[in-house]
Amino acid sequence: MSSDAKSVYSQQEHLQMKYVGTGHADTSKWEWAVNQHRDTYAAYIGHYSLLAYNSVAENESIGRLKYQYLQKMLSPCGKPPKKEDD
Amino acid sequence: MDVWENEAIDKSQYATSIAVNDEDDQADAESHLQSIMPKATVRNTFSAPASTLAETEKEGESFDPMDAHRARRIADREDEYKARRRNRIISPERHDPFAAGDQTPAADVRTYKDIMEEQQLAKEREAVMAQVQKRMEEEKEKKKRPSDSADAGSSQISSASTKRFGGVTPLAKSAWDTSEASEAATPSRWDSATPVIGSRKNRWDETPQRIGPDATPGGSEKKVRSRWDETPVMLGGATPVVGATPYGGIDMMTPSHLSALTPEQLQELRFQRDVDDRNRPWVDEELDALFPPDGYEILEPPASYKPLQTPSRKLLATPTPGGTPAYQIPAEKPKDAYSVPPTPADLPFVKPEDYQFFAPLLDETIDEDQLSKDEGNERKIMKLLLKVKNGTPPMRKQALRQITDKAREFGPGPLFNQILPLLMSPTLEDQERHLLVKVIDRVLYKLDDLVRPYVHKILVVIEPLLIDEDYYARVEGREIIANLSKAAGLATMIATMRPDIDNLDEYVRNTTARAFAVVASALGIPALLPFLKAVCQSKKSWQARHTGIKIIQQIAILMGCAVLPHLKQMVEIMEGGLTDEQQKVRTITALSLAALAEAATPYGIEAFDSVLKPLWIGTRAHHGKVLAAFLKAVGFIIPLMEPEHSGFYTREIMPILIREFQTPDEEMKKIVMKVVKQCVGTEGVDAPYVKAEILPDFFKYLWVRRMALDRRNYRQLVDTTVELANKVGGADIVNRLVDGLKDESEPYRKMVMESIEKVVTNLGTTDIDQRLEEQMVDGILYAFQEQQSEDTKVMLDGVAAVVNSFRERVKPYLPQICGTLKWRLNNKSAKVRQQAADLIGRIAAVMKRCGEEQLLNHLGVVLYEYLGEEYPEVLGSILGGLKGIVNVVGMAKMTPPIKDLLPRLTPILRNRHEKVQENCIDLVGRIADRGAEFVSAKEWMRICFELLDMLKAHKKAIRRATVNTFGYIAKAIGPQDVLAVLLNNLKVQERQNRVCTTVAIAIVAETCGPFTVLPALLNEYRLPELNVQNGVLKALSFLFEYIGEMGKDYVYAVTPLLEDALMDRDLVHRQTASTVVKHLTLGVYGLGCEDALAHLLNFVWPNIFEQSPHVINAVLEAIEAMRVSLGASRVLQHTLQGLFHPCRRVREVYWKIYNNLYIGSQDALIPAYPLLEDDEYNTYRRVEMELFI
Repeated sequence: MSSDAKSVYSQQEHLQMKYVGTGHADTSKWEWAVNQHRDTYAAYIGHYSLLAYNSVAENESIGRLKYQYLQKMLSPCGKPPKKEDD
Repeated sequence: MDVWENEAIDKSQYATSIAVNDEDDQADAESHLQSIMPKATVRNTFSAPASTLAETEKEGESFDPMDAHRARRIADREDEYKARRRNRIISPERHDPFAAGDQTPAADVRTYKDIMEEQQLAKEREAVMAQVQKRMEEEKEKKKRPSDSADAGSSQISSASTKRFGGVTPLAKSAWDTSEASEAATPSRWDSATPVIGSRKNRWDETPQRIGPDATPGGSEKKVRSRWDETPVMLGGATPVVGATPYGGIDMMTPSHLSALTPEQLQELRFQRDVDDRNRPWVDEELDALFPPDGYEILEPPASYKPLQTPSRKLLATPTPGGTPAYQIPAEKPKDAYSVPPTPADLPFVKPEDYQFFAPLLDETIDEDQLSKDEGNERKIMKLLLKVKNGTPPMRKQALRQITDKAREFGPGPLFNQILPLLMSPTLEDQERHLLVKVIDRVLYKLDDLVRPYVHKILVVIEPLLIDEDYYARVEGREIIANLSKAAGLATMIATMRPDIDNLDEYVRNTTARAFAVVASALGIPALLPFLKAVCQSKKSWQARHTGIKIIQQIAILMGCAVLPHLKQMVEIMEGGLTDEQQKVRTITALSLAALAEAATPYGIEAFDSVLKPLWIGTRAHHGKVLAAFLKAVGFIIPLMEPEHSGFYTREIMPILIREFQTPDEEMKKIVMKVVKQCVGTEGVDAPYVKAEILPDFFKYLWVRRMALDRRNYRQLVDTTVELANKVGGADIVNRLVDGLKDESEPYRKMVMESIEKVVTNLGTTDIDQRLEEQMVDGILYAFQEQQSEDTKVMLDGVAAVVNSFRERVKPYLPQICGTLKWRLNNKSAKVRQQAADLIGRIAAVMKRCGEEQLLNHLGVVLYEYLGEEYPEVLGSILGGLKGIVNVVGMAKMTPPIKDLLPRLTPILRNRHEKVQENCIDLVGRIADRGAEFVSAKEWMRICFELLDMLKAHKKAIRRATVNTFGYIAKAIGPQDVLAVLLNNLKVQERQNRVCTTVAIAIVAETCGPFTVLPALLNEYRLPELNVQNGVLKALSFLFEYIGEMGKDYVYAVTPLLEDALMDRDLVHRQTASTVVKHLTLGVYGLGCEDALAHLLNFVWPNIFEQSPHVINAVLEAIEAMRVSLGASRVLQHTLQGLFHPCRRVREVYWKIYNNLYIGSQDALIPAYPLLEDDEYNTYRRVEMELFI
């Protein structure tokens, strides 16, 4: 059991890295925020009721809103800030 | 000249290889392996332990009791074919065109061209040799019989070619000896130092050896080895120059005779020394210590007595060449005398066999500071390898890590130059090979494309693993080759292995084909298809075609249904092989088709359309092994067809199958039976046809006594018969078989019994009429009573199956059966008694069904009387029989009454034998469950105490039954007393015992309600004793795991205890408490206990920085559980504080928790992310979140 537990523990980080959107100790604010934004848009597109709610609030058609969100997912926060140590 | 024209020579070249069906069909080989190895899955409860049987068998021969404990060398279990791996040469590095770019390779680098030329040379040489041989034979014949007629020519050729491998022709020998000598004498030609020629020289060495006179097999082996010894690589020399003296270089400072010994001799010597040590003469001091001081007289030895001094012993007793010649009692530490010099302190023991490899490490005169960088590296690698190979586990682990980390620094050359020769050592053991292979695996991963020049070297060593008999070795080999091909790339792999595809040695081609299949599975079949196409349709050599088709076969075996997308292409690539001019190619093509069809089942018949015609035509045209292969392919393709087609094709093939029923060839018989089974299994074949056409001949020619003698024939015949019965109905088959139950040959009776058992279990007995029924029962009883053999399982299963399937119809025969059983219970032989008791257990249910309760009760009493049985195996079966009776009769009506039976069982619980324990605890548990009221509470308490010991049984089933029994008893007599016993048991030292006790406590809580147990547990926690407190926590953990939702009523009760435990100094406290929190949290999901959970989370959280893997795992799991029950956003609030902490190690932990959260509940996090404000460059606000209607 001990070896199992150990290997799972040691592999956990590796396993997590397989997924898009996970972070690590050197993740920057910008990277994290981009993921948040993309997740948010994905959630809107995925939950029809939220999309309907937003379309009422924005007075846009649902399809157009969906398209907008998809477009925004490309670069939700703008370009990455220059690294300080450069 | 073209040698391939000569058919006779070609065939004879391969006559020594293993038979087609063993060599080419891995599936068969594997099933054969299984038949040799003991089956792990089917537990034969009815025989004495295998070890005992084996022991009695062995006692007659010269039997070495230590044999089982001796480390197994791989070389010992290799057959002659597998041992051919040692004839291969670890080839020098090759040119890597990818790394070199456009540069022309240097002259001394081996390029693809060089190797192909070498291959060509080797082939031509072989051809010339064959010619020379033939010519000489002919001349000799002519001399002998000058007037020989022309028709003897063919026989001459064949005799000449058979002699090429085994036979000795003095003429040929002398011719080659002289030529070799002359070559050796002209160093200008052969010793010019390019490695290319060096390797060629090796090849030249090899050739005369093959035809040379092999005086003894050992002699030839030594020659092979000495060739290895010559390779300076093995001695750790820096540069691979041919011609370095092998022996002088090992330890120039202290020449010892050791280095001149081969590893085998060293091992012999070590055993001998061991034995000598045990058999050394007694000295007076030892005798004085053994015997009492008085009561006997010490006699002077007669004057004529001279102690035995055999010369051989004297020789062994002489430790060094300069030692004393006379016999002497070995000194205290005889080890040093024969063995290697003492190893330095920080290194593991060097076995004498490994001395040659590791000699430089033992030479203390070497100053490490003065070594050049390369030498230093080499030494470092050697040290690490020694630690990996012989070190303690921690040492090994560290060394493995170091060698991996520094792999690129060391470079591939020095690494492989040391690892690979170690792997070729003749004294290598399984474990050592496993470790070295592991090293290669790790190193490969690090080296990546640097490995390219060494691919062939590695393959030579790893390929033999692919045909190893050990399953895990095969898997390891596959893994390495897969990694190798990923690291080196397809082009390099093909370029490296291409020359081996038409190698002259069948062994090389076989392993190469398997390796190619692994490459295909690693890099994808499509990548390899163009190459395969070229190879399989090669016009130049049939060997290439053969190997190519074999690669396809191996791919099918290796990848199974993953071949489906490429099935059509693969079949098309090799369909020409069915009509190839070479018989071997036709055979392997058919076998490959069989493998593909098997892998594709039940799909893909379209792909085989093009080969159906040649296959069916082929079955008419061929004989012998080729026919067997074709039939095999047919057998695997027919089940894929649509019903109407399969019917048609079956009718086409059936006459040939029926004709082959009579074949004397065992292999063919097996294949024919299998094909019949496959054909009959399809929908398209109808019962009347089978009855009319197949059955008569099948039973006439195949159901004969001789078939029962070979295990695999036996198996196949039974399987095919069962399949036939499935088609035509049980009664018909049983009718044909039933007379065999009274046959005079026991193996045959057994085969009949097994077939009847399977048919009856599959199809029931409703279609069996009165007359047949009588015959059957008569037959099985006869067979049952007449059995003599040790293996009683088949008869037991058979009788039980028939009796159980007749149900009520068996009533008239029951008295007779029971009479037999009672008689056999009284038998002298333990086996017979055991089998009878087992059978009672199996047929008890049917007896009850027939209303024979009186008979059952009678048997119960009989079994009860036999509880004094001394053979544990039999006692176990008797208990099992009793259990069977109790189960059907019921507690109330049981005779002997439960109140008499149980006290009789209490002492048996103390029996240490596993089978007795298991059956006894099952029976006791059963009684506790259903009939606890028949026994006094006091007796149950006594049993509780006995049960405690069983908690440490090795077998899990026993421990589980015990724990369950605790639950039943607690239910029967109330939990208080049982709990007191269990809580007391928490104080014992043994961990296993405590763990089982905690499980038992949890079970008691589950069966009697948590409220009966919790107060006592909480109270017990106040005891300031580590083991007890941990035990309580552990019990709580199991408890909450078992009671699940019921936990909601107890959350607030245990919270203070958990608070305390989570704040404890002891790590294990916090770990176990975290586990409790996990189970508790998951149990109360959605039940409104969030306040308590949030509180507990605050106590769990500070533990996230723990380092110990167990603790951190438990803590992270508790947090995961919180994510489920408390919601992801609550946990996210905890997490946010550390994601951008200035300290990296804090960030690492927090991101890990965040990632777990994110993967687990990504969606739930969206509303919970913190508000971020835009800055001058970027927009961070999620404005859509702020929309509001």
